[in-house]
Amino acid sequence: MDTRIHKYSKQLIIINSIFILFWLTISIFPFIWTLWGSFKVKADFFSRAEWTYALSGFNTLIETGATTTVKAYIESWTEGEFWRASMNTIIVTVSVVSISLFLGTLGAYALSRSTYKYTFYILIAALIFRAMPHITLVSGYLFPFFQLNIWGILPTTIIVLVAINQPFTLWLLYSFFKTVPKELDESALIDGCSYFQAFRYIIMPVMWPGVVTAGLFSMMLAYNDFTVTALLLNQENYTMVPKINAYLGTVEYGGNYMWAVSSVVSATAPLFMIIWFFQRQLISGLTAGAVKG
Amino acid sequence: MPHKTFFWFIFPTGLAMILFIGLPIVSSFFQSLHIETQQVLMEVENCDPFGCQTNVRVDVEATDKLREENPLGRFNGFGTYLDRNHLAFDEIGEAWNSSSSMGEFKDIVLNLPFYKALLFTLTFCFAVTPPVIFLGFIVALSINTLAKIIKGLIVFGTILPMIVTPLIGSLVLFWMIDSQGIIGASIQILFDDPNLSLKASSNLTWITLIIYGIWHNTPFAFVVFYAALQTVPQDPIEAAYIDGASRFQRVRYIVIPHLYPVATFIMLICLMDNFRVFEPIIGFSAEGVAQSLSWMIYQDLRNENKMLFGSAGATSMLTIIGIAILLTPVLIRTWKEFRTER
Repeated sequence: MDTRIHKYSKQLIIINSIFILFWLTISIFPFIWTLWGSFKVKADFFSRAEWTYALSGFNTLIETGATTTVKAYIESWTEGEFWRASMNTIIVTVSVVSISLFLGTLGAYALSRSTYKYTFYILIAALIFRAMPHITLVSGYLFPFFQLNIWGILPTTIIVLVAINQPFTLWLLYSFFKTVPKELDESALIDGCSYFQAFRYIIMPVMWPGVVTAGLFSMMLAYNDFTVTALLLNQENYTMVPKINAYLGTVEYGGNYMWAVSSVVSATAPLFMIIWFFQRQLISGLTAGAVKG
Repeated sequence: MPHKTFFWFIFPTGLAMILFIGLPIVSSFFQSLHIETQQVLMEVENCDPFGCQTNVRVDVEATDKLREENPLGRFNGFGTYLDRNHLAFDEIGEAWNSSSSMGEFKDIVLNLPFYKALLFTLTFCFAVTPPVIFLGFIVALSINTLAKIIKGLIVFGTILPMIVTPLIGSLVLFWMIDSQGIIGASIQILFDDPNLSLKASSNLTWITLIIYGIWHNTPFAFVVFYAALQTVPQDPIEAAYIDGASRFQRVRYIVIPHLYPVATFIMLICLMDNFRVFEPIIGFSAEGVAQSLSWMIYQDLRNENKMLFGSAGATSMLTIIGIAILLTPVLIRTWKEFRTER
């Protein structure tokens, strides 16, 4: 019985496969195209005259003597100082993830274990905070930061990103902590543990899946952020995303398009690799708030 | 958990949120009540053999001094909210009186910066959300039927547009759609119109941005629907099968009703997230024809030498009001959920 319900007719399988192929083309092809094009020169990547040039590398062959070139990569990493931007991104991402998780696990644990009514109001406040557009917060930061003279440096940005990330982390970890049975830490408390010890030695060891998921989202926020980093950092401290934007627009880099194209690949590749490994956690995190059970 | 322990556990995260989310909102509001100090002008008399002329010049020293004394500028009350770049009530009133038809009035109002941005923001929100829900559902249904071995790979491919930051995602698409790029050039050949460019017409740019929005948001809807599909109870489906319901009928009358709450959740999150649309506008270099509320704030703050804190603050406040309206249903939903849980 069960097997027959789940058996699909031939037409359905064919239509389904075509649709999935079509959908995958839409979602993946732009990235493959950019990856491919990043090894060409601009005249090929934006080849109005003949689009097959982008495939064959016609102009690339003329300009560099080979059909593929890593010139844009080398130039953007050295001359364009993309190495500095990626260093900054690593610093920001690692700090944001570790601080966020530290603060978030403490807070979310307390929220999940307290039975008082104020936990509810704190969670609602966090929900409201999560909905605030980042740019409106940035408009609130700039003036005080200028006055305090802490604008433009990495630590400020890190703290800001941690704070912006807290509401989501709290909600996510809260829903994970809720799934850990209360009896576990209660028995530890009876045995004479303090709340912190129960948290540290009893709850944290079983919470790793939740922590990894929350860490993944913190990482994506810090790694991908443009609004905060573009407005709160000065040029030298730019992380990768604002740096890419800078390659496109400013006079300084002369709108060096291929630098931007190759940097997009350099910035996206590590992210995709990490997501490839942690795909399961990512999906469980996205659905934690949406689906009961 | 006793109050005291609770306090120490929640203190660090609470402090971070109050300092860097709560206070900035207050600070934004405070800024919005002020306006930049105007330049102090002075009259200078220039005399040369042909006679004397009085010129008006900026008194740099006095201006700097005034700015230093009062860096936030002078108090302006709700003046900034009402000026031409924001709610512009005066201009609207004038337009109402002077315009002869409804169409003319509409044209004038929608050319005011704030209303123009609001129109784009709302259009974007409401044009992106329904297709996202529809597509997300279809993709989830269709991937759900696949064999386990290839599922992982396909799910990974599907979620890529969501993982990249909107700026990079829009750039990647923009490079293809650009009149020099592969899709842009192909479209020109297809329509046999060498001047056809998505950047040239404002309608086409809006459509491009909306397509980007759908591309970026569908994976999220997919993931949520996909997870929800795993929770659909099998018994009613089997019962329907025995009663002779076709596959379509089973989806239509059992699966879809089960997913209604999930769909509303996706809709609300989508509306809220898209209300802050901003990075795609930069990625697509669409500033000329499509401005959003968030983009207006960015524009006010971008110039390092002359930041318009007042104007940015006022737009921020108006954006927050918009978000609050969209957020209310989410809050009510969460409230109810909590009630039932306890």
